Amino acid sequence: MISIKNVRKIFSTKQGLLKAVDEVNLDIKEGEIFGVIGYSGAGKSTLIRMLNGLELPTDGTVNVAGREISKIKGAELRKARQEISMIFQHFNLLWSRTVSENIAFPLEIAGVSAPERKKRVEELIKLVGLEGRGDAYPSQLSGGQKQRVGIARALANNPKVLLCDEATSALDPQTTDSILDLLVDINKKFGLTIVLITHEMHVIRKICHRVAVMESGRIVELGPVLDVFKNPQQPITKRFVQQVTEPEKTKETAEHLLERYPHGKVIQLSFLGEATEQPLITRVIRDFDVVVNILQGNISHTQNGSYGTLFIHLDGQANEIQKAIEFIHSQQVGVEVISNG
Amino acid sequence: MADFMELVKWDGLLLATRETIYMTAISVLATFILGLLLGLLLFLTSKGNIWENRGVNIITAGFVNIFRSIPFIILIVLLIPFTKILVGTMLGANAALPALIIGAAPFYARMVEIALREIDKGVIEASQSMGATHGHIIFKVLIPESLPALISGITVTTISLVGFTAMAGVIGAGGLGHFAYLEGFQRNRPMVTLVATIAILILVFIIQFIGDYFTKKTDKR
Repeated sequence: MISIKNVRKIFSTKQGLLKAVDEVNLDIKEGEIFGVIGYSGAGKSTLIRMLNGLELPTDGTVNVAGREISKIKGAELRKARQEISMIFQHFNLLWSRTVSENIAFPLEIAGVSAPERKKRVEELIKLVGLEGRGDAYPSQLSGGQKQRVGIARALANNPKVLLCDEATSALDPQTTDSILDLLVDINKKFGLTIVLITHEMHVIRKICHRVAVMESGRIVELGPVLDVFKNPQQPITKRFVQQVTEPEKTKETAEHLLERYPHGKVIQLSFLGEATEQPLITRVIRDFDVVVNILQGNISHTQNGSYGTLFIHLDGQANEIQKAIEFIHSQQVGVEVISNG
Repeated sequence: MADFMELVKWDGLLLATRETIYMTAISVLATFILGLLLGLLLFLTSKGNIWENRGVNIITAGFVNIFRSIPFIILIVLLIPFTKILVGTMLGANAALPALIIGAAPFYARMVEIALREIDKGVIEASQSMGATHGHIIFKVLIPESLPALISGITVTTISLVGFTAMAGVIGAGGLGHFAYLEGFQRNRPMVTLVATIAILILVFIIQFIGDYFTKKTDKR
């Protein structure tokens, strides 16, 4: 559906040349939810804007839905853009128009007749759950509702691809989740290909099938979300994964506990898929002469399976602890000793 | 009181008021159209916009700045040959129109430009991402989104134009300025000047009221 080949984008700034995107190659499949994660300035925004021609690559080619976006111009590009919709961090609604009129805007651009526009707008309002708000102005809506209008507007012309430019970054966690649920819904219902960029691993974890990690204009890691969670390679990826799996408090709790119980070991266990459902801790307590203290646990559900982390404190004879760790290891659970008592 | 009623030529005042309204109305209409065009051109050809063009931008800005800087009373005099060709005379309300329009349009053009700059760039970009043409962007995004500012701008410009018509009146265009100067000042009848002033004030208040009403009505932010 989307193919990016050897793409580079160089901006000339007052400080000299800036490589925003550097030798990027990507293939995104039809019906996939693909995430690009990176800190600000990593080039992810430039990359997504090349997918609808808001930005042109300095080198390389960008193909979306059978068209070479990096080459076409004028009417052909405008036609293509009706099939590649975009939603934005700050929603970018027209404040002078009501919700219904905002959703009708892309239909007006596409030259849809007034009665058909009305019908389509009603469908879309229902789809995004804004029934009864059609005559409200954007200024009367909450952030989450504004983004729903943005999504309805983006879907108006039945696009093939939906680009999400930090679409949930201005929303609170709860609203973020409801918007993400809506995106998954749309993806399943219409088989829409979704490309999203974000700096929040939570967003990737919750809805993406595959993820690319960007740093200084390059893609440094790429793979199915679960694989990246299980086995992050690059330091930057590890940091992103930690955003979700390892709340900051864990370290403090571990330190605090080690002070109080100077013996034993603090261990981080990582579970994947079915392993998350095994009664592992029970077996450790029954079969080995150790005391288990659960410090912190967390299970993350991704689109391709679950991934869990558990921090425990093991106390007892050193050789018993060692045996327990070996047992856990044999159960296909990742074990990492993070501090020795 | 009887003196007062006699002192003022009421039919003359009525005629002068009508002339002022006529000159203001026509020049506002023309200023709105010309100013909007110039303002759009200034905005669209500036850096980072859809018709980015340094040359056109500099020429337009130069034109606007020059005509905005010339004091109105001098502009009228400078434009006398031009007015004569265009209107055929330099007396009467119609003869004032070219100077009024050329004096006010650049002023309004700057206000239009400022109003357009206030529009969130993201909204323009969103329209582009939907495949909007430049026509769509101008008529469906730029003008509607800046409408309250465009209206409050034309209100201010209209009030300036009322002042300009008074000045034009002194050198032969008629209207309330002419009435106050000729009937009041030159014949040493301060009461007439006062009445003409009050008529202008009422006119300005009405314009401000109408402008405020529509600014408020169109502002959905």
